Amino acid sequence: MAEEKLPAWNELPPGAVILEPGSSEKRYTGDWRIFRPVLNQDKCIRCLLCWVYCPDDAFYFEDEPYVTSKGRKYKFSLKINYDHCKGCGICVEECPVNAIDFVEEVK
Amino acid sequence: MAVETKEVKWKRLPLSSNYAIAYAVKDVDVDVVSAYPITPQTTVVEKISEFIANGELDAEMIHVESEHSALSAAVGASATGARAFTATASQGLELMHEILHIASGLRMPVVMSVATRALSAPISIWNDYSDLMNARDASWVTLIAGSAQEAYDSIIQAYRIAESPEVMLPVIVAYDGYIMSHTYEPVLVPEDNTVVREFAPKNFNRFRLDVDRPMTFGTIADPKWYYEFKYQQVVAMRNAYKKVKEVDEEYREVFGRGYGVIETCCLEDADIVLLTYGGIYGTFKEAIEKLRENGKKVGVARLRLWRPFPAEDIVKTLGGAKLVVVADRAISYGARISGPVALEVMSTFYGDPDAPMIMSVIVGIGQRTVTENTVAEIVDYSFRVLERGKAPRETLYWGVRGVSYE
Amino acid sequence: MSSAQVKKKPKYFKTLPQIPRTELFAPGHGLCAGCTAGTIVRHLLKAAGPNTILVEATGCVEVSTTLYPYTSWRIPWLHLAFENASAAASGVEAAIKVLKRKGYIDPDKPINIVVLGGDGGTYDIGFQSLSGMLERGHKVMYVLYDNEAYMNTGIQRSGSTPKYAWTTTTPAGKVWPGNLRNKKPIAEIVAAHRIPYVATANPAYPLDMLNKFKRGLEVEGPSFIHVIQPCPTGWRFDPRYGIKIARLATETGMWINWELDHDEFDVTVPVKRRKPVREYLKMQGRFKHLTEEQIQEIQRMVDEEVARINKLVGREVIGPVEE
Repeated sequence: MAEEKLPAWNELPPGAVILEPGSSEKRYTGDWRIFRPVLNQDKCIRCLLCWVYCPDDAFYFEDEPYVTSKGRKYKFSLKINYDHCKGCGICVEECPVNAIDFVEEVK
Repeated sequence: MAVETKEVKWKRLPLSSNYAIAYAVKDVDVDVVSAYPITPQTTVVEKISEFIANGELDAEMIHVESEHSALSAAVGASATGARAFTATASQGLELMHEILHIASGLRMPVVMSVATRALSAPISIWNDYSDLMNARDASWVTLIAGSAQEAYDSIIQAYRIAESPEVMLPVIVAYDGYIMSHTYEPVLVPEDNTVVREFAPKNFNRFRLDVDRPMTFGTIADPKWYYEFKYQQVVAMRNAYKKVKEVDEEYREVFGRGYGVIETCCLEDADIVLLTYGGIYGTFKEAIEKLRENGKKVGVARLRLWRPFPAEDIVKTLGGAKLVVVADRAISYGARISGPVALEVMSTFYGDPDAPMIMSVIVGIGQRTVTENTVAEIVDYSFRVLERGKAPRETLYWGVRGVSYE
Repeated sequence: MSSAQVKKKPKYFKTLPQIPRTELFAPGHGLCAGCTAGTIVRHLLKAAGPNTILVEATGCVEVSTTLYPYTSWRIPWLHLAFENASAAASGVEAAIKVLKRKGYIDPDKPINIVVLGGDGGTYDIGFQSLSGMLERGHKVMYVLYDNEAYMNTGIQRSGSTPKYAWTTTTPAGKVWPGNLRNKKPIAEIVAAHRIPYVATANPAYPLDMLNKFKRGLEVEGPSFIHVIQPCPTGWRFDPRYGIKIARLATETGMWINWELDHDEFDVTVPVKRRKPVREYLKMQGRFKHLTEEQIQEIQRMVDEEVARINKLVGREVIGPVEE
């Protein structure tokens, strides 16, 4: 494996200060998952609890209209960011309508 | 009475070194002061409190509940962009020790005055340099002043050094507890401190906690990263050596006073040179001048810059002597040569075929009195060493009851 | 569903859609899967907004969010050491004041200063500097995320560890029944400093928690928000149950959400019918060695605490146990 090229001492900001806010977003914690939450948009009632309780900011809003098979209209949907979801299952546990399945991760 | 030096108008005040430091803190427009009372530092912050209370200095005073918090608050203030100051001594400096390393590691230009004092146990509220020497490896630029005037001038210089982009390290200005902290000397202070503020303008354009440009300070560096940040401090210390001299020269041009990194007396054709630091130099100097009058070829030097250690200047200043006697006021227990500065001088000359003999002497522990007579006795002994042609391989503990040296 | 409900109309956030979408706490942090500290910090920053400086004590959140060169913080953030976050924040607050006065920064721009500390950094090693900061009256909000042990170093007991809990330094054996002491009442000790606002919160009740963060930032002077933070690693439960266990803590009366706003004390999440403490305890491996007697002892302790709180409020805000 090729050795990682890291910056020299004089290429780094003094004092180990991190200048780029929120740079941890580049770290993918998605590979921690053993189980994967899968959100069923048709069952979802957009109550937001999954987004609220998620410790990893792994839900995001997609602001597009959605109509369920029963004809309920929503202005947005919640999507799961699998780059960061660690598969803890809090959303699965907290979903009041069981709209999130927890399926084994296939590597 | 106003004295004129260049365009600066001076007033001459009777000040202790502690008060001189407080005046410097006021004149250099410090923004945040956080301190905890400890003898013999306390009158520094008492005087600063007066300045703030009567509106002479616009600063926030944080009456912290410990020295650990004193330095922590100063670092927090410095990280926010403020010019921060604290002062301590002895056990207080020990309690701060953890944060000494954090302040320098985060590259925070905090300035601290240390009225040096012996360490417990047993308790001694009197002077020696055990406290300061314990802070040796904390990556603080460390100046040791020899007079109240120099204490004043050094604080102002310290902010210039600390805040210069190529240094960005905290600075200690140390001086003898009691011997200087509570002794009044005439000190020249500018009538209008604008000149001080122009000499040491604030560096606000540095990394700081700014909501418009969020940065993360105090991160974790794993083995892949840590070493490079520590090497940055090595380089910053090298830069500080140059910067200390530059700032001092510039200070001399503006204010008519400068100190260099080593002060000397009677070095011409001296066979023996004594090296010491702090206020005790006055006693040494007077003793040496008298010995000179009696024809003894002896000189004396005072180390003003302790960290970074001015190795080049040490070689230049002391290299011509046959014997260098380093009089330390701190003990590194268990070391064969246990004077901290003596060790440093020896390592500086190590491998140099023309190096002088070097002898380590401990004096003034817990403020054991050092008189001109003490100095003369040490010089006497040193001449015997010179005749024998061989310096003792162990430190001499001068003046301990029950210990004598032939 | 729970019988616990948020009693008061929240002042700032009344419904979940009102919670700002902006995330100032970036993902990619190294908190354990299911660590409820992530939930707490996300909402803390949503309540505080971008004009906030956060000072953090050493602890789980500190180590897992700032591993160079990655930071999860989108606001200015400072860490010095374990015991001095309050002192450092005092310095930050003082600096902001004087820099505004001297014109270095915009005097009209409000800047929040928040300390975040775990139970070790608050109950134990950081207690002195916390007390100093409170006594001096710095306008800083201190947020304690309480996972009831030194989780960062591997689940050692702290002054917050509840009685009988297993930790790696209070193992349950023939002689020791787990931790021997009761949890220190930190929020009440803080309240004794007579600061304007002290509250306890629970991430299972996010609106109540968010409103407390908002109120804490609003008051003049220091504020303290004590948040329970279930820890899957140290409390020994499946990561999916973090919020459920947090909710059970309130539903059983193990954790009461109250606030002391100046002189006004109230329970913000009343519980009509309590669940027995057994339901909370049985979910967690750290209590699995408990005998029936010990469970009953904890139940009695909670009953007494509930009675005391009801007396303080002047009515029955927390109801009796219903099996």
